[in-house]
Amino acid sequence: MTTTMTSHTIAVLVNDQPGVLQRVSGLFGRRGFNIESITVGQSEEEGLSRMVIVTQGDDKTLEQIEKQLYKLIDVIKVVNLSSKPMVARELALIKVKSEPAERPEIMGVVETFRAAVVDIGTNSMIVQVVGDTEKIDAMIELLHPYGIRELSRTGVTAMIRGNA
Amino acid sequence: MSAQIPAVRSTEQLREKWMKPEVITGSEILLRSLVLEGVECVFGYPGGAVLYIYDALYGFNDFHHLLTRHEQGAIHAADGYARASGKVGVCIATSGPGATNTVTGIATAFMDSVPLVVITGNVVSSLIGTDAFQEADITGITMPITKHSYLVRSVEELPRVIHEAFHIANTGRKGPVLIDIPKDVSANKTLFQPVQSIDLRGYNPKVVPNHHQLEKVAAAIKEAERPVILAGGGVVYSGGHEELLEFVTRTEIPITTTLLGLGAFPSGNPLWMGMPGMHGTYTANQAIQKSDLLINIGARFDDRVTGRLDGFAPHAKVVHIDIDPAEIGKNVNTEIPVVGDVKTVLELLNPLVSRSDKADAWRGQISQWLADKPYKYKDSDTELKPQWVIELLNDTTKGEAIITTDVGQHQMWTAQYYKFNHPRSWITSGGLGTMGFGFPSAIGAQMARPDRLVISINGDGGMQMCAQELAICAIHNIPVKVVVINNQVLGMVRQWQELIYENRYSYIDLAGSPDFVKLAEAYGVKGLRATNKEEAKQVWQEAMDTPGPVLVEFVVSKEENVYPMVTQGSTIDQMLMGDCE
Repeated sequence: MTTTMTSHTIAVLVNDQPGVLQRVSGLFGRRGFNIESITVGQSEEEGLSRMVIVTQGDDKTLEQIEKQLYKLIDVIKVVNLSSKPMVARELALIKVKSEPAERPEIMGVVETFRAAVVDIGTNSMIVQVVGDTEKIDAMIELLHPYGIRELSRTGVTAMIRGNA
Repeated sequence: MSAQIPAVRSTEQLREKWMKPEVITGSEILLRSLVLEGVECVFGYPGGAVLYIYDALYGFNDFHHLLTRHEQGAIHAADGYARASGKVGVCIATSGPGATNTVTGIATAFMDSVPLVVITGNVVSSLIGTDAFQEADITGITMPITKHSYLVRSVEELPRVIHEAFHIANTGRKGPVLIDIPKDVSANKTLFQPVQSIDLRGYNPKVVPNHHQLEKVAAAIKEAERPVILAGGGVVYSGGHEELLEFVTRTEIPITTTLLGLGAFPSGNPLWMGMPGMHGTYTANQAIQKSDLLINIGARFDDRVTGRLDGFAPHAKVVHIDIDPAEIGKNVNTEIPVVGDVKTVLELLNPLVSRSDKADAWRGQISQWLADKPYKYKDSDTELKPQWVIELLNDTTKGEAIITTDVGQHQMWTAQYYKFNHPRSWITSGGLGTMGFGFPSAIGAQMARPDRLVISINGDGGMQMCAQELAICAIHNIPVKVVVINNQVLGMVRQWQELIYENRYSYIDLAGSPDFVKLAEAYGVKGLRATNKEEAKQVWQEAMDTPGPVLVEFVVSKEENVYPMVTQGSTIDQMLMGDCE
């Protein structure tokens, strides 16, 4: 067992019951496990939701997280995605200040990142970007000088590659 | 010596009576479902949100309902009932303050893995979330201290929820389950058809262990020169005490039992080393620290057992048998994990193990320690020593009573000086250390076991946290013998202040306590007092000869400390021996 703190992405399949998010996030909080991001949505099966949680910790902490999650009656399955090759994506909407004169410059950044402009106002626009966390961090950094008015990130959702 | 409450009819007769499909209210569904789950006794307190349930209880005689004087009394009684019987304890409370008054009891049961079903009322569904009168989000409040919880949304789901709650509470690692029932759900009607099956996809406790792991355990036992068994409450809860005795008889490995494991192994057996940890025996702590193989059977390596973790059992290869995989490796690194029900694990393990000669010198060493360093105290002829009082109770009952305790010095002295020989004879709040638990839990234990002598041992502090339940003993003639070890202070706090806080006795004086004899009499319970040995023997005999409930106050010396003691931050072999030296 190593004691290095690393980032882990965990997928948790849960019964779609009221309060289930509170059970899971409460478990992390009271046991001192860190949550970097948490996303919840429908899964491929009716009645079940999938949560994707990004957390920091050493191997021992990760083992405890998995075991403690399994103790919750509404938890069906826990998968450590980051132990295998995975696809991880996050979406961000960035409302950036843009006087008409600045727009072409900003569009240039957006195109390079294969992001999209989804709304244009008189002196602002909303950029939508999808990708891994690093890509979104980079996009935000580049848009920062123009002035970010509002930023909303979804947190990471992820899946193992291939047939696994 | 039996509680004067009419007998409940057999579950078989009742099943036939209540199995018929019928359109009935949620409240009637609740009562019938409880009967079908085999419930014989419920502890509760009515209020606005559970009035439909209490209306259905009017004239309902198919299980007992005891009206306690506080919801805390009700839930501790349900807990005592569960611990003494192995069945699920049931408690009913109303919404808001009624529900929140059960929180301490739920946490107590959660920490000690006790199966409870706690039924709370809530405001009508349409008012939930509006801060309505007596509304509290009790499922939210108790989420961290329940094994699972339900807020029932409609009367149709009630039969399933109750059935699941009992299943969850009393399987796997046991624990409390809360069912919160809005008032309209208890009033609405539906066709009741008893649920026959359970479908909980995410819940499959692993009962049968991996055979390969058992072979590893057997091999480790063969090689060990200094093996030790550490057995805990899991042995009692799984009913595996006979298998444990066989395991020890086969292997002749010295055994220590944790606070909650007392009674899981007969105290008279020469291989029993007593309790380990903070107030454990010299032998048990030395044995753990010097062991080369530590076999943990159904214990969770609580910090009161391990002391300083990084110096705990430094030479030992650790085997950990537990039904809860999350306990394995949580506190102590484990070389051989075995996930499964203790009884089942030992049944499968026993044929694989035998006595190893390699540990002969070790067995000799253990016997030597046991002879050299027993629990000791300085007796007195002028004042009553609390340890002497516990020995008196032990001698007169031959270790055959069911004992419940509160929390503090008297709890540790009872654990040290009362010799338990049977599982489910020792009922105490181990994990949460709940004052106020001792006395009401005895009422529950006596309801579960009307055939047994039940003694509740309390301090003068804890007795005052639930003393109102004396009323229950009086009106139902529940023959609990209530012992108050009165040293006029918060004794364990006093001990810590003396030893760790340089005699700065901050707010521990319980002056102003009631006259306990008069308090008992005020409730209609016989009260007796002893201040010296002669009186003690006499009044205790009188208490034993009295058929109903009796409160006996033993006025003991104030300065007595519990020894040995491992202070926080020390390893368990660094013990203050005090009078045990």
